Amino acid sequence: MNTDMQSIYLAIVLSPLIGSIIAGLFGKLIGRSGAHWVTIIGVGVSSLLSLYAYKYLMFDGGEIFNRAIYTWLTTGGINFEIGFMVDQLTVTMMVVVTFVSWMIHIYTIGYMHDDPGYQRFFSYISLFTFAMLMLVMSNNFLQLFFGWEAVGLVSYLLIGFWFKRESAIFANMKAFLVNRVGDFGFLLGIAAVLMTFDSLDYNQVFAQAPDFANATVNIISGSEWSLMTVICICLFIGAMGKSAQVPLHVWLPDSMEGPTPISALIHAATMVTAGIFMVARMSPLFELSETALTFVLVIGSITAFFMGLLGLVQNDIKRVVAYSTLSQLGYMTVALGVSAYSAAIFHLVTHAFFKALLFLAAGSVIIAMHHEQDMRKMGGLYRYMPITWVTSLVGSLALIGFPGTAGFYSKDAIIEAVHHSSLPFSDWAYIAVLSGVFITALYSFRLFFLVFHGKERMDRHTWEHLKESPAVVTVPLSMLAIPSVILGAFLIGPMLFGDYFTAAIYVQDQHDVLGMIGEDYHGVWAFTLHAFQTAPVYLALSGVLVAWLLYIKFPEVPQKIVGRTNWVYQILLNKYGFDTFNQAVFAGGACKTGSFLWKFGDVKIIDGVLINGTASAVRWFSGKIRNIQTGHLYDYAFTMIIGLLMLLAVFVHHLME
Amino acid sequence: MVTQYIFYIFAALLIFSASMVITVRNPVHAALFLVLAFFSSAAVWLILEAEFLAIVLILVYVGAVMVLFLFVVMMLDINFVPLREGFARYLPVGIVIAVLMVVAMGTVFTSVYFSGAQMNVVTPTATDVDNAKELGKLMFTEYLYPFEIAGAILLVAIVAAISLTLRKGRSKKSQNPAEQVSVKRKDRVRLVKMNSEKKSG
Amino acid sequence: MITLGQVLLLAAILFCISVAGIFINRKNVIILLMCIELMLLSVNMNFIAFSHFLHDMNGQVFVFFILTVAAAESAIGLAILVVLFRNRNTINVEELSSLKG
Repeated sequence: MNTDMQSIYLAIVLSPLIGSIIAGLFGKLIGRSGAHWVTIIGVGVSSLLSLYAYKYLMFDGGEIFNRAIYTWLTTGGINFEIGFMVDQLTVTMMVVVTFVSWMIHIYTIGYMHDDPGYQRFFSYISLFTFAMLMLVMSNNFLQLFFGWEAVGLVSYLLIGFWFKRESAIFANMKAFLVNRVGDFGFLLGIAAVLMTFDSLDYNQVFAQAPDFANATVNIISGSEWSLMTVICICLFIGAMGKSAQVPLHVWLPDSMEGPTPISALIHAATMVTAGIFMVARMSPLFELSETALTFVLVIGSITAFFMGLLGLVQNDIKRVVAYSTLSQLGYMTVALGVSAYSAAIFHLVTHAFFKALLFLAAGSVIIAMHHEQDMRKMGGLYRYMPITWVTSLVGSLALIGFPGTAGFYSKDAIIEAVHHSSLPFSDWAYIAVLSGVFITALYSFRLFFLVFHGKERMDRHTWEHLKESPAVVTVPLSMLAIPSVILGAFLIGPMLFGDYFTAAIYVQDQHDVLGMIGEDYHGVWAFTLHAFQTAPVYLALSGVLVAWLLYIKFPEVPQKIVGRTNWVYQILLNKYGFDTFNQAVFAGGACKTGSFLWKFGDVKIIDGVLINGTASAVRWFSGKIRNIQTGHLYDYAFTMIIGLLMLLAVFVHHLME
Repeated sequence: MVTQYIFYIFAALLIFSASMVITVRNPVHAALFLVLAFFSSAAVWLILEAEFLAIVLILVYVGAVMVLFLFVVMMLDINFVPLREGFARYLPVGIVIAVLMVVAMGTVFTSVYFSGAQMNVVTPTATDVDNAKELGKLMFTEYLYPFEIAGAILLVAIVAAISLTLRKGRSKKSQNPAEQVSVKRKDRVRLVKMNSEKKSG
Repeated sequence: MITLGQVLLLAAILFCISVAGIFINRKNVIILLMCIELMLLSVNMNFIAFSHFLHDMNGQVFVFFILTVAAAESAIGLAILVVLFRNRNTINVEELSSLKG
């Protein structure tokens, strides 16, 4: 049976790759429809097989697969292997990735309909699916890193998909560079793992990890650091880059320069959650360091709260969704910080569906608006785009955690988990995530009302062409809307409080906040009803209410608020100055350093002193020594005879001794 | 004893003629004194039982090289007066250096390294040993390749000397083998058809 | 009996005379060539002396080769001299300084 599963897992990984290669290299040959057929079939096969694997593992009680498929190289006693580890965590991710990816493949047919880079686009997103699967299915750190970098590469390619736009090139360069910072930390973390455990294999590392719980390491001589803290923080820095946590979040809003399908797939549903997945996967390591967990918690809560605030002032429809993604990633990170890994993964799954849904809905709106993304020029669209309207509403409700929707369960679980945590700063984190709920509701419904309700503010030409998007767009929307509603209720029991992840995620007893919640858990209905006695639901509803008041009832009020609190507004508009700071200090500093090295190091030292300096030294010296060369024969003879005399003197000297 | 005196005589003659070579005014005389120097050193070599080389020195040097010198000196119409300028000025320096070197070398050569007992015990060579034969044996066995190379060097020297001094011009007659080989019949022979002449008359 | 030292001294004197000759006749190429011949002669004298006192014929073989090369050298040297005179109409070394740096 295990061998059969191996072929299935191989097929899951390789079919998107094959599709990608065919569409990428033979795109001209097979044409536009050929390209989308081949990739959709590839990802579809992968998706259906993932579902089968899910069933096999979850319902049929199949065993966990963990085996090296191919040994790439062996050096110094360390094997670098390509291998798969498919447990419940992995298979959950596989289903999410392949399913969302599949939907987005279909959606792309509509969205990229007139784009000249049609085949290239399909090739990229299929390649992305392959890379993401390699990442989640890996059984060792090296392959994880490969997948990590490969998704980063595809992200870079896709943000800059419209490579003739200067802003797109700027954005993809920014994404790439910021991710390099994170990846550097990640690589250091992997190196530390290799150094400590002498292995890159998950199982071996995790098995040995408790032995090193109290080990220390000297990084700067004289100061002892806990080894596990160092490893975990390094790894988490990688996650901060990939999952866009403060302060490495700056690339994500700019990545919206890419086409909307990839914003949905890569920058909302899958790739940005790779960091969350990675930390959950590394739970046996993170559990050993409370310092690292606290660090994760603080970073997560800062991201969850402050990035949500930014969503309030954005006018670009995609950017609002992007900031909401940042904020939700913050929620997941908070959950990781309080050791509620299952809750983080749960939120990851539900978020993947409803956020992809929101992005695709935004894309649908953008298609209808002829690629206008400014919300101030929309309004009243519900009359023209009923399906998009309904699915957006579903997505928004799920996002704000309306009772019964998927987002409700996952987010409530996180908030409860933070509430129960005993880590330092968890009180602050609790406040942050609670107020985050209100903010989430406010910006989500600000977007919803601005786009679908209120006055129709678009120009006449656009207005005349307003119509619902074609089936290739609306079908994926509907397909994503269904899990956005029902998934939470189905999954919460087994995923959070059951034994769903017991094999994959390790939580120490004193950190087990979900276990504490689980004691009071008496089924989905009880959980839902209980929610009405707690703050989050009311905060969410009041957020919706405030949004309705501000943008439907009294649309002139927001302007007045902005006028009163202009400095706050400016801070938010400037995104707390992260971009300005990076631009001035890092980019500017790099430019200055480069310029200095060029003007001083290269021109002066290398060219001036080393190259031209050598030449002119030779010229100067030869100018001096030239005078010796008289050209007269007897002078040369004289020199020779002087030499002879000296030689003789040496002989005579020897004789004297 | 007799050989010792003979050695002294020829040594003195050698030193004298060598000094004359470098001091005489006329290069022709210098060349002639050089011949004398070669003669006397050939005599010294005979004393040192290097008969073959002594003869070769006379034949090659006196017979060929020195004649060449004389040829050149006489053939070229050189005014030797300006070439002697500064002679007196450099004479003291030259003498000082020469004396210095002689003293230094003499110190070295007369030291224990070269006058040790073992060095100077000369057993006279048996009378039936033929110097030329011994030399020939060595040269055509052990030194065969260097010998061939020496021959080649001489050949090159001949070619070089000729080609350096060869004057190109109208007066020179030379062959062009390439042209000779590639010649065609029609270049040389022309068949002319002509009517036979009528007999006059 | 003549000793090795005596012959070596004779060769040394001969060599020094020719060095002095190079010094004194610093303008006349022909004399310079002659001095070089004298130097080679003194070197040959050393070889023969050692050959005699060590009973080793190899020294004489070397003398033979030196004679060969010296002959070649003087032939070419004189040829160069002739060409030089033809071109410059002088053999004054003083005027031959086109190699001056």
